[in-house]
Amino acid sequence: MSTYILKRLLFAVPVLLGLSVIVFLIMAMIPGDPATAILGSYATPENVARVNKQLGLDKSLVEQYFIWLGNMLHGDFGRSYSLNRPVIDEVLERFGATLILAGTSLLLCSIFGLLAGVFSAVRQFGWGDRIITFLVLIGISLPSFWLGLLLILGFAVQWKLLPASGMFAIYGGGDLPDLLRHLLLPSVTLAVVATGVVARLTRAAMLEVLRQDYIRTARAKGLSERRVIYRHAFKAALVNVIPVIGIQAGFVLGGAVYIETVFQWPGIGRMLVQAIATRDLLLVQGGVLVVAASYVLFNLLADVVQHKLDPRLKS
Amino acid sequence: MKRLSKFVAAAALGASVALSVASGAALAQTPPNVLVVGQIAEPKSLDPQTVTALNDSRILMNIYDGLVRYKDGTLQPVPALAKSWTISDDGLVYTFKLRDGVKFHDGSPFNAEAVKFTFDRMLDEKHPYHNTGPFPLSFYFSAVDKVVAKDDLTVEFTLKEPYAPFMSNLAQPTGLIVSPEAVKQYGKDFGRHPSGTGAFKFAEWESNAKVVAVRNDDYWGGAPKLEAVVFRPITDANTRVAEMLSGGIDMMVEVPPDNVATFASDAGYKVQEQAGPHVWFLILNAKEGPMADKRVRQAVNYAIDKKALVSNVLQGTAEVAAGPTPPAFSWAYNDSLQPYPYDPEKAKMLIKEAGQDGADLTFYVTEGGSGMLDPIPMGAAIQADLAKVGLNVKIETYEWNTFLGKVNPGLEGKADMAEMAWMTTDPDTLPYLALRSAAWPGKGGFNSGYYSNPKVDELLEKARSSTDQKERARLYKEMQEIVRDDAPWAFIANWKQNAVTSARVGGFSLQPSFFLILQDVTKS
Repeated sequence: MSTYILKRLLFAVPVLLGLSVIVFLIMAMIPGDPATAILGSYATPENVARVNKQLGLDKSLVEQYFIWLGNMLHGDFGRSYSLNRPVIDEVLERFGATLILAGTSLLLCSIFGLLAGVFSAVRQFGWGDRIITFLVLIGISLPSFWLGLLLILGFAVQWKLLPASGMFAIYGGGDLPDLLRHLLLPSVTLAVVATGVVARLTRAAMLEVLRQDYIRTARAKGLSERRVIYRHAFKAALVNVIPVIGIQAGFVLGGAVYIETVFQWPGIGRMLVQAIATRDLLLVQGGVLVVAASYVLFNLLADVVQHKLDPRLKS
Repeated sequence: MKRLSKFVAAAALGASVALSVASGAALAQTPPNVLVVGQIAEPKSLDPQTVTALNDSRILMNIYDGLVRYKDGTLQPVPALAKSWTISDDGLVYTFKLRDGVKFHDGSPFNAEAVKFTFDRMLDEKHPYHNTGPFPLSFYFSAVDKVVAKDDLTVEFTLKEPYAPFMSNLAQPTGLIVSPEAVKQYGKDFGRHPSGTGAFKFAEWESNAKVVAVRNDDYWGGAPKLEAVVFRPITDANTRVAEMLSGGIDMMVEVPPDNVATFASDAGYKVQEQAGPHVWFLILNAKEGPMADKRVRQAVNYAIDKKALVSNVLQGTAEVAAGPTPPAFSWAYNDSLQPYPYDPEKAKMLIKEAGQDGADLTFYVTEGGSGMLDPIPMGAAIQADLAKVGLNVKIETYEWNTFLGKVNPGLEGKADMAEMAWMTTDPDTLPYLALRSAAWPGKGGFNSGYYSNPKVDELLEKARSSTDQKERARLYKEMQEIVRDDAPWAFIANWKQNAVTSARVGGFSLQPSFFLILQDVTKS
């Protein structure tokens, strides 16, 4: 098992390196440059050249890449010129906030997705199943930024029950209830689509499992229906659902970009949007690498859990 | 039944937890005597010499002072950290007498050396702290030859050539005075640990959440009434409006035109509008194609229904522009100038005379950008107006950075017209950078439409080297008349900046400089 994990982690290194090259190239290809972003209307070719020189962007792209790579191997991710502070400080600070948001959403979508899926499968074609299937369809089809605005309109503007944006109250606050208040709307918004996906897959996996011979055997043995469903069928279905939840983790991280913008959550998604707009290459690189690395980790984690659950995969 | 009751119990528990969590937020009120301001973006830095965005200056102006500042409600420089000044007859030497007994927030003294340090750091590439830059707007002070600290409270600027906008540039964020001790201590991180002499002291900057500044009890201009100001970056305009409506912020700027009416009709809010030194125009390519003919350029000015544009597309958040200089520069503005009236018949006639009936034109439109208001709908409306007079306009739309990359190097060979907007604080800046023959692209200017009129060149050169404001005003007024007639641009709109505050906020007024000055603001 540990060699498997080690191998997977080592494999992540070339993936991340390749990714860094791609991001570097994309940022170089998209029009507009940092100096223009900094200077705005004042961007004459001379001013642009002057600022580029001050930023060290007059060197060739290859040179810039290797300077960055070399620095990074020494633990220096460079300095964001749009925020004027070390990239690593900014990225880690923001990533923490994103993890809280994405983690909560993942938890919500796992709990509700699994519950809804099992419920649906057990009552296949019943009214409960139909209602859930319908809700799931709506959930999957809703654009989450729109849903977010709608929730803000209802809960913050109309009823003034929950704050519209931010992560903590501006004054006072800062404790757990304060965080939860701010977390509720964005995490629910972010979880809706993923819940739909998990519910659908759980339902399918459960239906598949419920048709298996060993379930019939279990029932024939006279086990209670609850025991059959939760001990036997659910556990077996979970093996197929876990990797999907791993992938959802990635989607939730990606979806966080919109949600963080709508709810002004101080996370890495919003940081990336801003960094791209200001052509802050080093900040984009740092942010994308951290997100990618966590994506790799989440999938690894899902695989490990799957290994643990599924005796057939144990070598 | 038993299961159902269990479910109900669980649901009740969940609901009560949710309610208890929510109840705290029902008081989404901001704390008393602390002003929470909704800003349009996260600041880049609080080092005044390194920033360019208006968003950042709104914070900076409350933490720092310059030698001079704009008089309340005007763009007239008046004393701030400098008590008085003299200008030599040749307009080359400015001597400032500094205010005594002022301290920076870090406790170090404000003196002539601090002024010298501020400008040398930005302008002298060999200065030990020049690497704390870049200083993108240092060219505001490119006329400065040297800064000398004559004694502790006297500082002397020597210019390379007479340069009348120098005083108003000193009132800009780029001219704010920083604490040398703080720059030495924090180096490149100074922008995160700002120290000035302003009415509010920097307290905390939490990335993407808030910048907090607290009252400076020792402020030389009298301590402000507010205990603290919190600047919250809320990039999404809808969310900013939602926060204002839900009570999460006390003040917001740049209210979308659609929402101004909502706030104006609610007694819980106060809406402020103020015409700023802003002009929104079309650059017309005077070098080649149909626009090379003055009659076509004038026709474009007649053909666009500017009144409809400001009242329908911009919903009254702007006024029709008459010429290249916004009325906010009251002393330099030629108020006898009338906007080109909407006269499609006259436009058709001029186009026919020029033999350009049915001409094909390329029009650069941007998706958004600083001061650009609502560029896509505005571009579409202009296209429709021009179609009515027989000009066939093809729109090309670009993202702001790309757009600037295409427009600033000049329109030659690419386009006949392009949208543009400028916000400036001296009547010299825009015409000097964008209307002189010597400001054609490639010569370091922004005259992307290649306008050239020797008389305008002469007037502008004279105006910037004159230190007599009356004389300058006369020259600018004459320039505006010529430019209006030559029509190198289609003059469209002057934006009225706006802000909404809750009714609890008092003593606040918008400034023509677009800065937020919060020293006298109160909150009940």
